[in-house]
Amino acid sequence: MFGSIDPALLLAALMVNSVPIMLAATGELVTEKAGVLNLGVEGMMIMGAMCGFATAVVTGSPLLGFLGGALGALALSLVFGVLTQLLLTNQVATGLALTLFGLGLSSLIGQGYVGIKPPATGKLDLGPLAEIPFLGRALFAHDWMVYVSILLVAGVWWMLTHSRAGLILRAVGESHEAAHALGYKVTRIRFLAILFGGAMAGLGGAYISLVRVPQWTDGITAGAGWIALAIVVFASWRPWRVLAGAYLFGGVTVLQLNLQAAGSAIPVQYLSMAPYLITILVLVIMSSGRGKAALNAPACLGQNFHASR
Amino acid sequence: MKRRNLLATAALGLGLALGGGAFAQGMDKVKACFVYVGPIGDGGWTFQHHQGALAVQEAYGDKVEIAWQENVPEGADAERVLTQMALSGCNIIFTTSFGYMDATNAVAAKFPDIKFEHATGYKREHPNVSTYNARFYEGRAVQGHIAGKMTKSNKIGYIASFPIPEVIMGINSYYLHAKKANPNVELSVVWAFTWFDPAKEADAAKALIDQGVDVIASHTDSTAPLAEAAKTNGAVIGFGQASDMAEYKDGPRVSSIIDNWAPYYVKRVGQLMDGTYEQIDAWEGIAGGEVEIGEITDKVPAEVKAEAEAMRDAIAAGTYHPFTGPINKQDGSPWLAEGETAPDGDLLGMSFYVEGIVGDIPK
Repeated sequence: MFGSIDPALLLAALMVNSVPIMLAATGELVTEKAGVLNLGVEGMMIMGAMCGFATAVVTGSPLLGFLGGALGALALSLVFGVLTQLLLTNQVATGLALTLFGLGLSSLIGQGYVGIKPPATGKLDLGPLAEIPFLGRALFAHDWMVYVSILLVAGVWWMLTHSRAGLILRAVGESHEAAHALGYKVTRIRFLAILFGGAMAGLGGAYISLVRVPQWTDGITAGAGWIALAIVVFASWRPWRVLAGAYLFGGVTVLQLNLQAAGSAIPVQYLSMAPYLITILVLVIMSSGRGKAALNAPACLGQNFHASR
Repeated sequence: MKRRNLLATAALGLGLALGGGAFAQGMDKVKACFVYVGPIGDGGWTFQHHQGALAVQEAYGDKVEIAWQENVPEGADAERVLTQMALSGCNIIFTTSFGYMDATNAVAAKFPDIKFEHATGYKREHPNVSTYNARFYEGRAVQGHIAGKMTKSNKIGYIASFPIPEVIMGINSYYLHAKKANPNVELSVVWAFTWFDPAKEADAAKALIDQGVDVIASHTDSTAPLAEAAKTNGAVIGFGQASDMAEYKDGPRVSSIIDNWAPYYVKRVGQLMDGTYEQIDAWEGIAGGEVEIGEITDKVPAEVKAEAEAMRDAIAAGTYHPFTGPINKQDGSPWLAEGETAPDGDLLGMSFYVEGIVGDIPK
């Protein structure tokens, strides 16, 4: 059935493919855990892709490029933060506007960068690990950003479940009134969560323009931000499931393209549909209410908070 | 008061737009509008259409006003955009992607005095709808020849967008000529189901490269497949698609197909001005200057380059047709007899692979 597909190469492609959506989804997860729904992920990602690309080209350093990407997207999320947290605008509408704004702004800044090649992001030399047959080629021959992204997921998981900061963040997301009554600065905490989400989306975007498609083109993220949003729900707001979800979504894309290249007879449409069908299924199970999964959605998600007392 | 003025102006605009054609025997000033499926900065398909639009502006100066909208999704949304353009006073509207076909015809029915020009389509349901296309398969023949000669693994790849005649005839032409140049050649086709998604196009190229393919042609709009091929340090070559993509000249790009829409756009807007405009179904190729073969780089051996250029010139001179029989369909049934060339009708409705291509066309 799988013809001449090399599983090691497939696994390797999958890991690379999933990095942008994994990073963006992890950031959005933290934002949503704090009770803020930011639908502007796509806009922040493309700003990250643009700023990361520009920084890398100007400085010649991919590391600074990723940093620049994170900062660019962070700046955009700052706009979202000011609007929703200080001016109490509707989060859904502001998020959507943020996406449109990001797409336009990146296109404007990017005019001068079409057709330029960025400096190459180096592969991490893992020495003997890369020599292991199969596993070496599949898991240990990537650029350093692949490993950083997994470490970031681990870090977020640890922070949310094992640290005091994570407890406070979740409290703010579950009941901002109670958190406020306990003396936590709801607005400030949400602001930080929004900025973190922006920086992560920026890293994801920069990965697209610096590593996966090393070039700048208008609209380069092509909807990856929306997939990241779907993954957060799919993962029912748990970091490790975000990792699994990103691998599933990324993996299916890679698999169906490889199946085609290998001349398999499986209709591609079914595979392309699969992750979305699973997302819908997860949503149905969650909204049926009884399951434990439903409890995972932050109770104050999308609600604005104003300290009136 | 302000608001009433606004409405009055809008109504006036509407009246002008609707009434404009009544005395349309020649026009002093034309507003030409363009609908793009991707961003102008895609470096490929949309970029070339925009070059054509700019050429119109250049040719007629302030006698013409151009307007355009990028990133218009194919389908229902296109109808809204087209209606808006029609209401805003456009005299001629170019819709530059296959998927706008039904929307173009639907809106054209409502605005009989505005001219609609649909690229790569075949529906002309109303007298004010013309279609135009370019014989890209002629360029594919030249690419196929180069691919067949250049491949070392005997595996060549093709990144396809959607299963429409336009794309299928390109695949067939590419394959036939690769096979003629190298009888051992095998073709892998990957359907991306998108015109523009750089990440996915790069993934498709990677999937092909992982399968041992070393020459990649693409029928999607961005330069991403070339960027992916560039990562192999010269092991894999590819072609510029729609635009020259010259920035990859010192890398994987060995030649290209360039869509040159400028002559057609300039001609049609000019006809609208001098009153000679008529509904047409235009389909020009290398001979008409709409399809250009970008410079073949030094990576290609001199004799292959000469053969490719000879083929290009023969097509331009009309002495060679890329679909000349005998050609069988994929299932072995005969399509063209010895010496017979493909009628345009067959090409425009092409929904089959030629003999030798493995795999099915997705429905």
